[in-house]
Parts: sequence; C-alpha cells; structure tokens
Amino acid sequence: MTLPGFPDAAPLDGLIGGVLIGLAAALMLLGAGRIAGVSGIAARAFGLASGSQPRLGAWAFIIGLPLGALIVTSQTAASAPAFANPVTLAIAGVIVGVGTRLGSGCTSGHGVCGLSRLSQRSLVATATFMATGFATVAAMNALGLAVLP
Amino acid sequence: MIRETLVPLASGTIFGAGLTIGGMTDPARVRGFLDLFGDWDPTLAFVMGGAVLVMAFAWAVQRKMLRPFFGDGFALPDRSDITPRLIGGSALFGIGWAIAGLCPGPGFAALAIAPASAAIFVIAMLGGMLLVRLIES
Repeated sequence: MTLPGFPDAAPLDGLIGGVLIGLAAALMLLGAGRIAGVSGIAARAFGLASGSQPRLGAWAFIIGLPLGALIVTSQTAASAPAFANPVTLAIAGVIVGVGTRLGSGCTSGHGVCGLSRLSQRSLVATATFMATGFATVAAMNALGLAVLP
Repeated sequence: MIRETLVPLASGTIFGAGLTIGGMTDPARVRGFLDLFGDWDPTLAFVMGGAVLVMAFAWAVQRKMLRPFFGDGFALPDRSDITPRLIGGSALFGIGWAIAGLCPGPGFAALAIAPASAAIFVIAMLGGMLLVRLIES
C-alpha cells in the first residue's frame, strides 16, 4: 500500500507496527501496572536509576526488544537497513542518554504512553523533541552532513 | 517471579516486533520522518497514531481497574510540573534522535539487526545516562 504523494512511505506497515507497540504498552500497563518507557526501563535495568520496578522485570523487557526484532527479521527477506558510522552513533547515543534522563522519557514513555494519557508533561516533552528533531535534520541537510550511506 | 518477568518479556518482545515492522529500527526511515522541510516520509506518523490509539483505549480501561491483572498495584507517574529540565532534556533527546535516527527502543531492538552499530549506540546511551547519574549524585 502506498500513500499518494509519498512513494517511499509504508503507511500500512507503520500502522501495524504502531498497533503492536500500543498493544505492548497496554500489556505493560494493564498487566504489570507500569509505563512502557524504554529509556526509564533501561536505566532501571542497568542500575542507572532508582525506582520501584524490579530489575529482573526491567531486564526481561529490554531482552524482549531485540527478540521481537529477531522474530520479525527472520520472517522477512528485507535487507538490513543502513546505520550511521561509529563516531556518529556514539555522539548521538550520549546525547540521547543524557536527554532522556533529564527529560524523564523518550518516544515511548512520553510519545506513546504519555500522549495517549494526555499528560501535560509528555505533551510538552513530545512537542519539544519533535521540534528539535525536525530542526536538527534540517540543519544537518543545510550543512550537507550526511550520516547514512 | 514468573509473573514479574513474563509480562515485561512479552511486552518487550511485542514492542520490539512493532518497532521493526513500523520502520523505527531503520535510521533512514526515522530521519526521513524528521526531514519535515525536505523529502518528508510520513510513515512514522502512522506508527505513532496506531500506538497512541491503542494506548488511549488502554488508559480508559486502566481508569476502571483497581490493580493490574498480574500485579499488586499501579506504579504510574503523577507529576504535572513543566520544568526547564524536562524541556532541556527533551530538546537534547530530539537532537540525538535526529543525528543517528535512533531512539532508545529501536537502539535495543537493532541489536538483533545490526549488532555492532546498535551496541555502540546503546553503550554510548547508557554512558550518557550514567553521566547524569554521576553529576546529580
């Protein structure tokens, strides 16, 4: 399925993926009583944040992420996507790590769980990281900085 | 113990599958979405829309529940204050997300897709988290 005007978009895959993410977050909320915020859970798993969540449970969630990716990629013949070079990945990783701790969440915690709850903090956080995300790609394009082959 | 680990494991696995199907583990797809003023790719808007729609329903169910199905109680954020820290941190996160086209969930999920690249991102991210922890303690 394609979207008129956007030949590269995959709206159906996006929607299916999004519904699965929503179901996963719903399972975490209604099953375990917790927010499926990846940055917070990762910090908890690696002992980088205090909290009430059992570390074993945090680890189980984190291990599930690549497991789910593996299940999908083993069923499809699609070629692996391209990633940025190591230096770029390291710089981006540090900024994401600092930003998500200071901002108390990322795309999953604020963007999915918080927005759907109409949390004011998550609304502000999501609007902010979307805005700086748009601005960063625009600035990098203007400067001719290509990170992907 | 089983109930404390099985639910998060199932959630994480479904989450990782959704991220991969939706294109969040493809940096070019993510950066295409963030290229709003250029060659914009709206795919991630469908990911976000689908996830938020399902979760909005889940929140409606949650409000009628006294406790989660497999737990003793809900442990949910209850803050509503907008702080410079929230805005500054989120601003930084958006910059980092845009640079490499990866956020935390897809970073971990991509360990099964491009292990070396994803590991660099994840280790650096944990380093950034540690940095905040060290500065604040």
